[in-house]
Amino acid sequence: MARAKDWLLSGLVLLLGRGRPQPRPGTPRVVARQPPHPRAELAVLALLGLSSACAAAFVVVYAVDRIPAQTQLLGLALGLSLVFLAAALVVTGKRLVPTEQLAEPYPPPGHPQEQQLVIQSLDEGVDGITRRRLLRLGLLGAGGTLALAAITPALSFGPLLRTAPLYRTPWRRGRRLVDESDRPLRADEIEEGSFYAAFPEGADKEEQGSPLVVVRLPPRQLALPGDLAGFDADGIVAYSSICTHAGCAITMYRSPKFAPVEPRPALVCPCHYSTFDPAAGGRVLFGPAGRPLPMLPLRVDGKGFLRAGGNFSGAVGPAWWGVRLRGAHS
Amino acid sequence: MIRKAVRFVDERTGTAPFLHKALRYLFPDHWSFLLGEVALYAFIVLVATGVYLTFFFADSTHQVVYHGPYAPLYGQHMSEAYRSVLNISTTVKAGLLIRQTHHWAANVFLAAIILHLFRIFFTGAYRKPREITYYLGVTMLMLALLEAYMGYSLVDDLMSGMGLVIGYSVGMAIPFVGANVMEWLFAGPFPGGESLWPRLYVAHVLLFPILIGILLTAHLALVALKHHTQFRQGRGETEHTVVGVPTWPGQTPRSLGLLTAVAGVLFLLGGLVQINPIWLWGPYHTYSSTNGAQPDWYLGWLIGGLRLMPGFDVVIGKYTLVPNAFWGGALFPLVVFGFLYFWPWLERRLTDDASFHNLADRPRDAPGRTAIGVAMAVWVVLVFVAGGADRIDVLFGISYVGQIWVFRVLVFVVPIVAGAVAYRVCKELQAGEPVEKNRHRAEVEARRYA
Repeated sequence: MARAKDWLLSGLVLLLGRGRPQPRPGTPRVVARQPPHPRAELAVLALLGLSSACAAAFVVVYAVDRIPAQTQLLGLALGLSLVFLAAALVVTGKRLVPTEQLAEPYPPPGHPQEQQLVIQSLDEGVDGITRRRLLRLGLLGAGGTLALAAITPALSFGPLLRTAPLYRTPWRRGRRLVDESDRPLRADEIEEGSFYAAFPEGADKEEQGSPLVVVRLPPRQLALPGDLAGFDADGIVAYSSICTHAGCAITMYRSPKFAPVEPRPALVCPCHYSTFDPAAGGRVLFGPAGRPLPMLPLRVDGKGFLRAGGNFSGAVGPAWWGVRLRGAHS
Repeated sequence: MIRKAVRFVDERTGTAPFLHKALRYLFPDHWSFLLGEVALYAFIVLVATGVYLTFFFADSTHQVVYHGPYAPLYGQHMSEAYRSVLNISTTVKAGLLIRQTHHWAANVFLAAIILHLFRIFFTGAYRKPREITYYLGVTMLMLALLEAYMGYSLVDDLMSGMGLVIGYSVGMAIPFVGANVMEWLFAGPFPGGESLWPRLYVAHVLLFPILIGILLTAHLALVALKHHTQFRQGRGETEHTVVGVPTWPGQTPRSLGLLTAVAGVLFLLGGLVQINPIWLWGPYHTYSSTNGAQPDWYLGWLIGGLRLMPGFDVVIGKYTLVPNAFWGGALFPLVVFGFLYFWPWLERRLTDDASFHNLADRPRDAPGRTAIGVAMAVWVVLVFVAGGADRIDVLFGISYVGQIWVFRVLVFVVPIVAGAVAYRVCKELQAGEPVEKNRHRAEVEARRYA
């Protein structure tokens, strides 16, 4: 018992006692001497204590589910722990260690002698070879073809020279239009002033060739260009909902409430505000799109359901070099 | 004990001379030199938090139905990737803290790199012999932008998808090869094949971090080999003498303090300030989008470029030569980065200056460079502001169409004006210096005789 007490006492003395190492006689100092700063030492000690208290709090908050606002408290605990540690380090840097400003020469701009030695070694290593130029060519050839072989497997990444899939869409003559929950759309439920999303029945909705925007316009407002004449079904028009600029979905419909003073109806892409005229075959009214929205011909079947009358008037999706060369196909 | 350790290390590695040099390596003292360090520490936090996130993320777009605890999305179809990030944000303990800290760290990383770039540019610190350090830095900025873009694409929420399809379209718009390259990268037309997500994932968590890490190492090694530049601060700095604080003991607590301060602030932000609440956006589908979507700020200049461009494709007959998205999405950043890469060479040609520079300029010391830099920066910032025109429309009710037309003019006029003003200010500051010096001397003298 007494032994333990002695150990404890001497431990405490060692821990709490002040002292600095005596300078060794004879050897000059490398680092400038810093005058002692007991108050800064206490401050650092306090900051370290706070840091470790916060770190402990992090563990407690993590472990005890009953504590609410876990994310906030965990962040607060960990963040403060680090910030207190930072403060301790800054006080150390400012008060406890010397902040000498020293000067020394910059490294020399170059080493002409060594440069010469490097050049000589490189040269002399191969100056026994007589057909240097030919060998260099051979080496280049071998290296080049090997590099080519090494990158060849990267061709498996995807179709590199086949752009045919870009023209393909699931639409074909007679395919029914369904809504997002696969319910077939009837012509008589399409109202003026509203905006409907439609998809090809039984096809993958995630393909860019699938989604449509469907709106109904007063038939006298329709001014479809010649090649799109008859693409509407009694004023109902359908366009690809993929913007021809950057491929975002067109999910905004500007429909005038006070017709004479407001601009005409328009389909708008929320990404870069390309604006298309649904009455005029998807012509660009404003914004960066360089191509009209592809239009899908519509017809109404005997039961009143909307069906595609064929494929789109042009290739679907953002523009690329071949986008006008061919039309969309099924 | 230290004596023993040092002897052990030196006798086995022979590095005592190097260690001594490293401990007494000098760091010139100026606050702006810490910007690069902040970027480094943000990168460390990014790697640490990122590794944690990989343990929970699923790199698959396989469609699943959500049955997790976040009620508004219950029963919705979504990708496995999005569901896993929802889980990180809701059910994984401390998951949201780590995710938000990761996102904040990305923001701070890019902000610090960009401010660091400004410091390097306007003080001419990229000049001989430090050009390679600079090129490595600019390359890292480019990689960091792509890395951040892939990071928030991977989540596969609505914002991710809208960003990804725009990136895809910009790629498609590259003349002659765009469509082929993008189909190849995406394993098919958008939304891509099954292997797209594993590809994005491995690029985001392995290839790009390693690449950045390698360039970072080279960048720092070059800084150390050639030493920092320094300002003239009247402590005896010259082109041949570097003045600064040694690594040990002066710089060590400062740098470690900065590291812990950056990490601390990032965790405070991650815990207390919400960022990218992905559960509000919902899952992405090709056919869905939302108004008012904005990318993270560091990509705002690209959305501005895309929005400002008037609507036309360059077409010859039925051949589309240049689709519109190319201008704002590809050519614009190409011009900006091209400028950054070519500037040191251009300046050397223009000023006929092939000498070594260890002393950093103040911006006023090189009015031409400052003017051009200001003009470039103002140009990019204006396009960035134009990218937020829809927000200005919503906040202040100023017509979007009208704004775009105004910006289309401003982006040409304002940079020139700003550059001219910067030039003039530099010249005035230069002219004012002797006057200031004289006045100071006169005041000192007057005080002495008073």
